[in-house]
Amino acid sequence: MLRIFVAIFLTLLSTMARAEIDIKQVTSPGGINAWVVEEPSIPFVARELRFRGGASLDLSGKRGATNLMTALLEEGSGDMAAQEFQAKLEDLAASFSFRAYDDTISVSARFLTENKEEVVALLRQALIAPRFDQDALDRVRAQVISGIASDAKRPNSIASATFNTAAFGSHPYGSATDGTVESVGALTQQDMFDAHRNALVQDRLYVSVVGDTTAETVGALLDDLLGDLPQEGPPLPDDVAFGLDGGVTVVDFETPQAVAFFGHSGIKRDDDDFFAAFIINHVLGAGGFESRLMTEVREKRGLTYGISSFLVPKFHAEMMLGTVASSNETIAEAIDVTRNEWARMAQDGMTSEELATAKTYLTGEYPLRFDGNAEIAKIMVAMQVIGLTPDYVVDRNAFIEAVTLEDVNRVAAELLRPEDLHFVVVGQPVGLESTQ
Amino acid sequence: MTRLLAALAIIMSAIAAQAEEVTTYTLDNGMDVVVIEDNRAPVVVHMLWYKVGSADEPVGSSGVAHFLEHLLFKATDVLESGEFSATVAANGGRDNAFTSYDYTAYFQRVAADRLELMMQMESNRMNNLRITEEDVATERQVILEERNQRTENNPNALAREQFRAAQFQNHRYGVPIIGWKHEMEQLDRQDALDFYDLYYSPNNAILVVAGDVKPDEVLALAKTYYGVIPPEDQLPVRERSQEPPQSAERRITYVDERVSQPYLVRSYLAPERDPGAQLEAAALVYLAELLGGSPFTSALGQALQFDTQTAIYTNASYSGSWLDDATFSFAVVPSEGVTLSEAETAMDEVISAFMEGTIDPGRMESIRTQLRASEIYALDNVQGLAQRYGAALTQSLTIADVQAWPDVLQAVTEDDIKAVAAKVLNRDQSVTGWVVSNQEEAR
Repeated sequence: MLRIFVAIFLTLLSTMARAEIDIKQVTSPGGINAWVVEEPSIPFVARELRFRGGASLDLSGKRGATNLMTALLEEGSGDMAAQEFQAKLEDLAASFSFRAYDDTISVSARFLTENKEEVVALLRQALIAPRFDQDALDRVRAQVISGIASDAKRPNSIASATFNTAAFGSHPYGSATDGTVESVGALTQQDMFDAHRNALVQDRLYVSVVGDTTAETVGALLDDLLGDLPQEGPPLPDDVAFGLDGGVTVVDFETPQAVAFFGHSGIKRDDDDFFAAFIINHVLGAGGFESRLMTEVREKRGLTYGISSFLVPKFHAEMMLGTVASSNETIAEAIDVTRNEWARMAQDGMTSEELATAKTYLTGEYPLRFDGNAEIAKIMVAMQVIGLTPDYVVDRNAFIEAVTLEDVNRVAAELLRPEDLHFVVVGQPVGLESTQ
Repeated sequence: MTRLLAALAIIMSAIAAQAEEVTTYTLDNGMDVVVIEDNRAPVVVHMLWYKVGSADEPVGSSGVAHFLEHLLFKATDVLESGEFSATVAANGGRDNAFTSYDYTAYFQRVAADRLELMMQMESNRMNNLRITEEDVATERQVILEERNQRTENNPNALAREQFRAAQFQNHRYGVPIIGWKHEMEQLDRQDALDFYDLYYSPNNAILVVAGDVKPDEVLALAKTYYGVIPPEDQLPVRERSQEPPQSAERRITYVDERVSQPYLVRSYLAPERDPGAQLEAAALVYLAELLGGSPFTSALGQALQFDTQTAIYTNASYSGSWLDDATFSFAVVPSEGVTLSEAETAMDEVISAFMEGTIDPGRMESIRTQLRASEIYALDNVQGLAQRYGAALTQSLTIADVQAWPDVLQAVTEDDIKAVAAKVLNRDQSVTGWVVSNQEEAR
């Protein structure tokens, strides 16, 4: 018996725009939930699945197993080897994407209404019955190892990898989801089956569907598509403290422009002060041309093409991070200006005008995100993963509006700690050395 | 087989009913207006495209088109420096701009009821820029850092730059959009203003508005804000130095320690989409798919990645969206233990075998279906549609050409593909580049 137990008609209101989106929640007879938006105007469907856990479920000594397993889901399943499977998918003009991240696996599918039965059957086969053929494993492994080698010579990747290792050590957040040449080189077929068994489980699954379909149709297909996955997986990793003190780490690399990756610990997504922090980050470094960091480092001084900051509330740790790139001769100045801006916001907060402008932008921009089936499907599945309910779409702007100047200035003093900022700088920066 | 064909027939009839709603106008001052209506979300994309890009720059001023694009966010007679973007943001929108070889475009994405404000500001900066020497000095540093970020710090981008310089010896497509560093360093206020005064005018611009709008309302606003700007009567005819016929193969080796993995690229001069003549370009789209589209089903993927373990990556690519000559290109990343020379030989064997063999009708049908489906998927992204029209109109195509393109693609036959392949895939008209971290790898 299919239950569609909530049908909320959501009207997104802001000072600027009004978007209407009708999110239906459906639960299959087997107990699988999905959020559905029926949008019949274009004859195709966008479907998003997320599995919590992701690469953080790699077993000890098997770093990169979840990533490689995920990449192999499109490389043969059921009675089809990789080429047969892909040829069939191409004939149906459908596309699947399987990606592993720190804490999730994402599955995206896009297909024409006319082909939905056949495509959903192929998706089921890829998720439930992957083959992990040895030749496919070896072929994709070589691609992954090539990517690892590229990352080792790319300043941005070197900077973030150095930062993460220093901050999180042996926790999964401390190493790349791709694994190392050694760990990936040693992975076996059995490791793929183990990673698959551990990562694709029903009680860590989230589903959204948008397009030319109905909640009834989606609900009826859920058990068939996903009901044969195991119910539960192994425990998730523990939370981890951000373990990097303030300072500078220079990684010598011969290239004309130095790249800096910097940050300190951040704020949890479910913290009462999250929206205050969100606004602070916007004004400081996430608001594009209008942010203070862009104004000071780029617009006034011409030290960079781009600088930005971001809040990163992961499941097991939270950070406030930033990146900037500037010539070896000028990166030290760019870092000085960045530290000063961090300190200025921490000490003096922002003005009421800045707060008002940020609120206007953030509340005005929000409804504009819901402008396509694929976009809406991605937003809806991401909301589920972090535990939001459909009415968040309506309430979200009120959360922004409720933040006061007192809130942002109090939270800025707590969140932004210039003395705790650690800068990893890759290049040959002039006038900058590693601190102890 | 019969069942498959029946299924395909159903898809096609359903797809044929779908198309974007497009209305076009031309203002009295010569400015083209394109409106794409999509009422699914209360959003509008306002784009202004100028029919001028880096390939139109004067000799010695490479990068000025892109530099000017940056400077358009500075002051005008009524807007302070930075006020344009600040106003867009204060209205909950996002704005940006981009420069290519053939065009420069500015766009904002805002709530549909903010369209008039966008037009007011965008039309203002078409003629009323007020840039200072200080703006120029600071922004020049920004574009040099942009070049550092995009190119100097990226061995693949540096290789690409050398490669295009070898491919185009007489056409400005051989000069990077961002500019050669030594010329960027010399760009001054007058260079930017001269370019601006000559090319930024309504008779050299195309307005594309896409989203939750009514065409007649867009036209009324366009007349109010853009229609009053006088046309530029000195606007030069768009004539660029063209590539001469190439009659000798060119080869380069780019060595950079930061290259992690040796690879090779081969490219050939190729026809682009031309007004009323898009068939060769359409056939080249199929050729790229057949030779190196999907690694699982293309000729290169099958031969080099599946039948043998010669390569870890193969690709063939072609885009017909150019005002002048396009290129058709291949890329191969050899497997561990395979030399570039061996990989290149294997690639050429695949190309030769393709030329001698017949094309599988099943593959043709599959590509046709995918191209039709891509038209449906494209409807989900209204900004993508806006871009399609804007770019095409700056590259001499007409609305009719843009709308005919999906049908031209559907009509391509095996013979068309064979004919264009024989014409384009001639080693005497090619450039081959090897990208390596040391000379040892260049074997």
